Amino acid sequence: MSGMNSKSANVGIVIVSHSPLVAQGTADMVRQMVGDCVPLAWSGGNAEGGLGTHAAGILAAIERAWSDAGIAVFVDLGGAETNSEMAIEMLGEPRSGRVIICNAPLVEGAVMAAAEASGGAALARVVATAEELSP
Amino acid sequence: MIGEGWKKVSVVSAHAALIGGLIEACREAIAANADHLSELDRAIGDGDHGTNMRRGLEAVYAERNRLVQLPLPKALEETGLTLVMSVGGAAGPLYGTLLIEIGRQLAGANGQIDFARALEHAIDAVARRGRASPGDKTLLDVLYPVHAEVVRRAGLAGISRQAERAASLTLGMKAMRGRAAFLGDRSVGHVDPGAKSCSLLTAAICRFLEEQCPA
Repeated sequence: MSGMNSKSANVGIVIVSHSPLVAQGTADMVRQMVGDCVPLAWSGGNAEGGLGTHAAGILAAIERAWSDAGIAVFVDLGGAETNSEMAIEMLGEPRSGRVIICNAPLVEGAVMAAAEASGGAALARVVATAEELSP
Repeated sequence: MIGEGWKKVSVVSAHAALIGGLIEACREAIAANADHLSELDRAIGDGDHGTNMRRGLEAVYAERNRLVQLPLPKALEETGLTLVMSVGGAAGPLYGTLLIEIGRQLAGANGQIDFARALEHAIDAVARRGRASPGDKTLLDVLYPVHAEVVRRAGLAGISRQAERAASLTLGMKAMRGRAAFLGDRSVGHVDPGAKSCSLLTAAICRFLEEQCPA
């Protein structure tokens, strides 16, 4: 895990969905676009593997994708956002300050953000690129 | 000396019995109503509120031997963290924030804050977490009325009744937050599951405390 962290100075991407299939599928699309040059992790479903979200799983995903350049998080519906906020708080400062939940569509946002991140863009730029998709 | 020692032991065990009893009472209230809560949630949400809450309370129950050893503020905070980690959905962070904040408020200020103030701060934190206001058809519509009863020093039975009444009033509200908000006007005519679980827990806590220290 630390191998990827030290290798990549690029912003990381975390995908959070109520559905494990949606989260994994979105991650697959990101991988297809940027390969291994962007740290990437997903959390989908509740603790029992059913539909839902849970803070512990999201926290673990942020840890897996951790990059000192920061993390852009993409969420689907309400609970995904609330649980992501909780997970970021549990991460603790100063790292929590380098994680941003993007107000963007899950799939399009994650793919565009990853493309931006793969070019070495800073976190604010990566987030802004994804959020341009939102009305 | 022996007398002092026994006094300390009995205070400690009374504390443990109080926290343990509260955990047990909440767990029972949710277990007995989990299906009903999920049914309410199916009408206007994703139908998992009962199972999520039951999972959370079972996780807290599994940790009870550790939790009862802690001072009350710490026990509340740790219970909140357990709920955050186990409930999932929006309810986990919301109930978790409530307990974590009550605990932190009680622990801060050298214990100079009273329970009503601590509760108020904590409910405000829940509102911020959910970006919701009173009237949005959420658990806030039970929490704020409960707080008002605590402030005016209503009896336990009165607090419990008010919680129940407040939950039933969400029937007429239009949901502004959460999955139910997608339904717009169609969310009217259903009791909010979060408000319902909140009133059930409030009633269970009041009933337990009343049994412990009858007026």
